[in-house]
Amino acid sequence: MTAAPHQGAYHAATIGELARALRGREISSVELAQQALTRIGESQAALNAFITVDAESALIEARRADAVLARGDAGPLTGIPIAHKDVLMTAGLRTTCASRMLEHFVAPYDAHVVARLRDAGTVLVGKTNMDEFAMGSSSETSHFGPVRNPWSAACVPGGSSGGSAAAVAAGLLAATTGTDTGGSIRQPAALTGVCGLKPTYGVCSRYGLVAFASSLDTPGPFARTAEDCALLLNAMAGHDERDCTSIDRPREDYLRVLRAPATARPLAGVRIGLPREYFADGLERDVAGAVDAALAELRALGATTVDIDLPMVRHAVAVYYVIAPAEASSNLSRFDGVRYGHRAAQYADLTDMYCRTRAEGFGAEVKRRILVGTYVLSHGYYDAYYLKAQQVRRLIARDFLRAFGECDVIAGPTAPTCAFRIGAKADDPVQMYLNDIFTIAANLTGMPAISIPCAFTHDGLPIGLQLQGNHFDEARLLDVAHRFQQATDWHRRTPAGFVA
Amino acid sequence: MSYEIVIGIETHAQLSTVSKIFSGASTAFGAAPNTQASAVDIALPGVLPVPNRGAVDRAIRFGLAVGGTINRRSVFARKNYFYPDLPKGYQISQYEIPVVQGGSVTIATGAGERQVRLTRAHLEEDAGKSLHEGLPRELGEVTGIDLNRAGTPLLEIVSEPDMRSAEEAVAYAKALHSLVTWIGICDGDMQEGNFRCDANVSVRRAGEPLGTRCEIKNLNSFRFLAQAIDYEARRQVELIEDGGRVVQQTRLYDPDRNETRPMRSKEDAQDYRYFPDPDLPPLTIDDAWIERARAALPELPAAMRARLVAQHGISDYDAAQLTASRELVDYYDAVSKALPATHAASHKIVANFVLGEFAAARNRDAIPVRASPVPPEELAELLRRITDGTLSRKMAKDVFDEMWSEGRNVSVQLTGVEMTALSGTVDAIIGRRGLRQTSDPGAIETLAGQVIAANPAIVAEFRAGKEKAFNALVGQVMKASQGKADPAQVNAILRRMLSLLSS
Amino acid sequence: MSFSPDDVARLARLARIDLDADAARDVRGKLDAIFALIDALQSIDTAGVEPMAHAQDLVLPLRDDTVTAGDCRELYQAQAPAVAGGLYLVPKVLE
Repeated sequence: MTAAPHQGAYHAATIGELARALRGREISSVELAQQALTRIGESQAALNAFITVDAESALIEARRADAVLARGDAGPLTGIPIAHKDVLMTAGLRTTCASRMLEHFVAPYDAHVVARLRDAGTVLVGKTNMDEFAMGSSSETSHFGPVRNPWSAACVPGGSSGGSAAAVAAGLLAATTGTDTGGSIRQPAALTGVCGLKPTYGVCSRYGLVAFASSLDTPGPFARTAEDCALLLNAMAGHDERDCTSIDRPREDYLRVLRAPATARPLAGVRIGLPREYFADGLERDVAGAVDAALAELRALGATTVDIDLPMVRHAVAVYYVIAPAEASSNLSRFDGVRYGHRAAQYADLTDMYCRTRAEGFGAEVKRRILVGTYVLSHGYYDAYYLKAQQVRRLIARDFLRAFGECDVIAGPTAPTCAFRIGAKADDPVQMYLNDIFTIAANLTGMPAISIPCAFTHDGLPIGLQLQGNHFDEARLLDVAHRFQQATDWHRRTPAGFVA
Repeated sequence: MSYEIVIGIETHAQLSTVSKIFSGASTAFGAAPNTQASAVDIALPGVLPVPNRGAVDRAIRFGLAVGGTINRRSVFARKNYFYPDLPKGYQISQYEIPVVQGGSVTIATGAGERQVRLTRAHLEEDAGKSLHEGLPRELGEVTGIDLNRAGTPLLEIVSEPDMRSAEEAVAYAKALHSLVTWIGICDGDMQEGNFRCDANVSVRRAGEPLGTRCEIKNLNSFRFLAQAIDYEARRQVELIEDGGRVVQQTRLYDPDRNETRPMRSKEDAQDYRYFPDPDLPPLTIDDAWIERARAALPELPAAMRARLVAQHGISDYDAAQLTASRELVDYYDAVSKALPATHAASHKIVANFVLGEFAAARNRDAIPVRASPVPPEELAELLRRITDGTLSRKMAKDVFDEMWSEGRNVSVQLTGVEMTALSGTVDAIIGRRGLRQTSDPGAIETLAGQVIAANPAIVAEFRAGKEKAFNALVGQVMKASQGKADPAQVNAILRRMLSLLSS
Repeated sequence: MSFSPDDVARLARLARIDLDADAARDVRGKLDAIFALIDALQSIDTAGVEPMAHAQDLVLPLRDDTVTAGDCRELYQAQAPAVAGGLYLVPKVLE
């Protein structure tokens, strides 16, 4: 499939390009916001990437940004339109988690990362669609209908942050946010051909992120380029004393390494580890081919590759599907119809009110995970399941730590397949879970990872390359991704039919 | 066939922090419903807990005061269950690894002192309040939920099942109450609900293993604690004697009927699905913190009791009474300090008065020490007028009664007025009532002479050897002086004058 | 590992979620499949391995004991399903 021609001056522009245009007075924030809102409106029927759009507030914020630009006080994100995954609290704006349970819930406060992006001058246009309560790999379980892949309307965009990924892929916005618990930023990034970064756990505060699995949830950015991701991460990252799992460490400029001038072999000295377990049989042929080609490109840029072993990583999915539902089953107990959210209209007594409210408010996948979680924590099973999974988690982490003694970055496919048809896996949860087979380990270990587009299938569907790093090494990941993007143009492709 | 009662007590002591254990909302009592419930307390989506250093510090002080072990690393765990006053659907508590392990409390029983061992003490958050009565009728059958209390820090203190009678249980509860208020970690106001005891009661025949226990809740006074235990023990024995089996359950005490009955809302054998809270890394307490807490601990009751006996010369019994309450011994201390140290018997007089007249007035009017209408400096003034001879002991009691009621009137009319500003009260009352004790020997001699002359029969009995007659004469002189004569002087002068009478 | 209808009913009660007969049947089948995946963990030797409850080895930060949150009742109760006199209302609870 050939790349669509660049249509409209700012369609599918990067943040950097938009920022230059704003500072150069070629366009105002208000105009940028209006263009984004128009594109969003026109694409909504086909993509369903948004749950809430707030034009009024967006224009107010855009006017404010224009004033800042006029004063000459602008930062790199001033006036840039943005949308947040609907699992992040946005003060005064509906926040639903794509669930009937919170269908009408208006957030009374901003999530920490939302506030930081607001302070950096971004203009909030709306909230993106997702799998309900972030539980899924296809964005099909939303109470507001599935999100569609801009590259193929019959296909899923991946999940759970499908709406945020689709919005960037379709050129609606240059920046969105997502959350990644088992791969929910990286996998949709791979399936829609954009960049999605999961930072180190604790680098971005979880305050205001509606909890799914507390020890795994990580907010992160979507953008067209690694450089843009670094820009967004600079604003999102930072210690928050309202979150005890938020890391307190000196501020880092994630762009600093990227600014180093291009050289012939910018990745000289970088050792890329290739886990035998990631390249086993069963990988879709196009995906295997795409990753091989990407690795060849990285070697051409100076990197060396080395085979590594991660023997315990094949248990990552099982470990995840014990720990995540366990934590989720507890985190979702607060949705009981007492203080906010949905409450059943009829009930005989208190217990009945709870049971009906939660039966009506939650979709099927959420209910399944709550029941799984309830079971693995229950008396008599805790040791065999929950405790066991936490022990295997540590074994997996040890494998990765050892591997990072032999390499600097671990590479492989982000997902085992390209985007699949809507409905194809909806009835088989285990098949659905196996989409996360390459992404889950980074959540279990808390290590950073990024997915960047590296090829297309012969059907024209995107394929993602995943790069994983050691704790706090996202700057290096961003640099490797950036150098790859300076030498290739996969990240510039846009699907036909989603044009301003 | 005699049965042994086995009792363990679980106490929830509300820690005296100003803010909640996991949020910055206030813990002040009496606020309008849900005005002290932050986003974290009402469990809005996306909020997270952050622990309060003051709560941890109080737990450490408790652990040190009972001689327990402070776990350098302890873990907050989630206890999962559904109840409307538990907003998250789980309570943050501690399960496998609590902050304090072991320790003991000394109790005084009729049979002497003994130790009750503690299993552990851990930190947890309180739930909100459910109001079942008093709601407007048109709302129908509803319960109102107030989350002001949700998130208040609690220290759950678990004793070993070491007690064998209701008396021992009450002694333990009182000793524990005294201790937590003594070291300043809990206000101990059982009416406000910040010190709550549940009793675990089982029975067994001598030599048998432990019987099945029942947990009794809703015991908000020491009296109810005793009554409930007695009832429950009787109930279990009767059940067993009738061939039945005790079922493990939670029961509520009904003080109106003096009986326990099973709680309807609690399912038996709840599965709480405890797991370490992923939002809270393990709590680490270093040696430096423990040493700081140890240094900040006040002198504990047992040590202070011994010191008062040794240094103040008061009796062990009096020292025990004084050290039963921190408030009381602080009051005693304040009075003692305000009295000049010159008088050898000054501590004894203070102890005497504090445990005598002061205690009597407080009991009569049901006023706690901290609300005393007579501030310690004022009482010291009064006691100085005894030691300097201005007032007799009896006159001093009258003056005290007047100070007490005057102070209560003042405090009723002028709340907020600094009581210590009312200086000179003692002298004002003395002056107003002309209560100055007569020590002038001349005046006493005159009165003594008059009494001797007016009572020849009594004088004759005294000279015949009846000591009682002497007391009668003393009484007469006191009466003649309207109670103002210094009794010691009257004694001395009368004896001298009687011995001078020519036989 | 195979789930009986009673197993599912007990879990649903613990989790306070109503499941009608169809939903219960569907859930049973899916739970069986999920646990076939998870049960693979049983064969792994984890003797002496410390469980990993957190992604990072963090020290628990503590806050000073000060009041930092005020009265937000009006804001938070604006969306409550049932309130009266500042109280959240639920069906009457019997003790």
